[in-house]
Amino acid sequence: MMKTDEKLIINGKRLDGRKPMDIREIEMKVGVIPNANGSAYVRFGKTTAFAAVYGPRELIPKHLQEPDKAILRCYYNMAPFSVSDRKRPGPDRRAVEISKVTKLAIEPALFLEEFPETTIDVYIDIIQADGSTRVTGINAASLALADAGIPMRDLIVALSGGKIDDTLIIDLCGKEDNYSEADIPIAFLPNTKEITLLQMDGRITPQEVKDTIRNILKAGEQVYKKQKEALKNRYK
Amino acid sequence: MKEYILNLLEKNKRIDNRKLDEFRKIEIQKDFIQRAEGSARVKFGSTDVIVGVKLEISEPFPDTPDSGILRTDAEFTPIASEDFFPGPPNENAIELARIVDRGIRESETIDLEKLCLEKGEKVWGVCIDIRIINHDGNLIDASALAALIALTTTKIPKIKDDEIIREEYSGKLPLKHKPITISIGKIGGKFIIDPCLQEENLLDSILTVSVREDGKICAMQKRKNSLKVEEINKIIDLAVNKSKELRKLI
Repeated sequence: MMKTDEKLIINGKRLDGRKPMDIREIEMKVGVIPNANGSAYVRFGKTTAFAAVYGPRELIPKHLQEPDKAILRCYYNMAPFSVSDRKRPGPDRRAVEISKVTKLAIEPALFLEEFPETTIDVYIDIIQADGSTRVTGINAASLALADAGIPMRDLIVALSGGKIDDTLIIDLCGKEDNYSEADIPIAFLPNTKEITLLQMDGRITPQEVKDTIRNILKAGEQVYKKQKEALKNRYK
Repeated sequence: MKEYILNLLEKNKRIDNRKLDEFRKIEIQKDFIQRAEGSARVKFGSTDVIVGVKLEISEPFPDTPDSGILRTDAEFTPIASEDFFPGPPNENAIELARIVDRGIRESETIDLEKLCLEKGEKVWGVCIDIRIINHDGNLIDASALAALIALTTTKIPKIKDDEIIREEYSGKLPLKHKPITISIGKIGGKFIIDPCLQEENLLDSILTVSVREDGKICAMQKRKNSLKVEEINKIIDLAVNKSKELRKLI
């Protein structure tokens, strides 16, 4: 974790004017990629993701097929221009790990047994990064899956939390992420409060971890509401 | 479907009711990515492309020690089509990037000589990255237009102690020319512009032409089968003519 002398919270306000428990401006749209079976565009502040779902479709090679359920494949990828210094195109080790935890975050929401021998492919493309990209990608994937009409137990809501300047916050932007004392991305199914993604890096007390999880579950209700609105707007 | 499309073309009609030399609805959004030094999103109908331009400090090529560097890459991201898959760029993505690059490079769009920071040591590298969001044909023309518009929005970042200060700018990227790239397809004896994917798959041949504002042709690429001399001549005239229409959108 890098250190900075710059204060990240001044008079109770964060760099972008937010209070500790404020989420950035959220924009969500579904059905944005006509070729896909389901798709979504999600923006939290500057952090912007597209997600597309292709499938359920035939899985080739056949030996990868599961006789009693669909397999889920997730790919997280960042555009070279999504970050300050151009990123080399294609997935790096970080993207491979995020793809894996994204799949694990999404899988519990799906009835994969409905589609044996097929694959459901979820592609996430981050076109602009300003912190919290993996949770933004998961929110986009949740909407894209719903848009594709794939049966789900619930939508998947994702949000990050952490600590800066001795204050617990949610929805970290890039600068807060770089200098935070902790960063905790979480995804959960709102109805059952099952947590399907939990990662953490930093140095905070067990109580602060517990408080952050509670904060995210509470603030996540706003994200859940936005997701449902975006789906309804598709059919207006 | 093939029969249907060809029968319509016999009557100078197309599946989406366009004229043979009519573009789809073109939508342009500038400065779509604040993180990038320049960007644009361009839609031709449901073909959807985002281009971001990043500037980085690079080493010049030995034969042009006082010139900036241009590089163009394209990713056919799997979000855009059921036929695109994760992995390194395939030949189509590389061809597209190279055609767009050639149009910009050969037309001398960017005044690369003004991008020297320290002769033989440091110059600006201009990186154009093309990302396909939805594929419904004619990716090259949409990408080339998006790349040009992104370049017109590109600003040069400030430098302090040899470090780039991102999102603070010293000026605009110096441009000299503006090339327009148009692909004209031949199908059943007819010539069409801006083919949608269904048409593209049926083309007998296609020629991509980049035209500068002074009327000079600066790049060409025949991309399928063969064309006769008189057909090429006809395509060039049509491309020059139609480029004026796209030029109005910049």
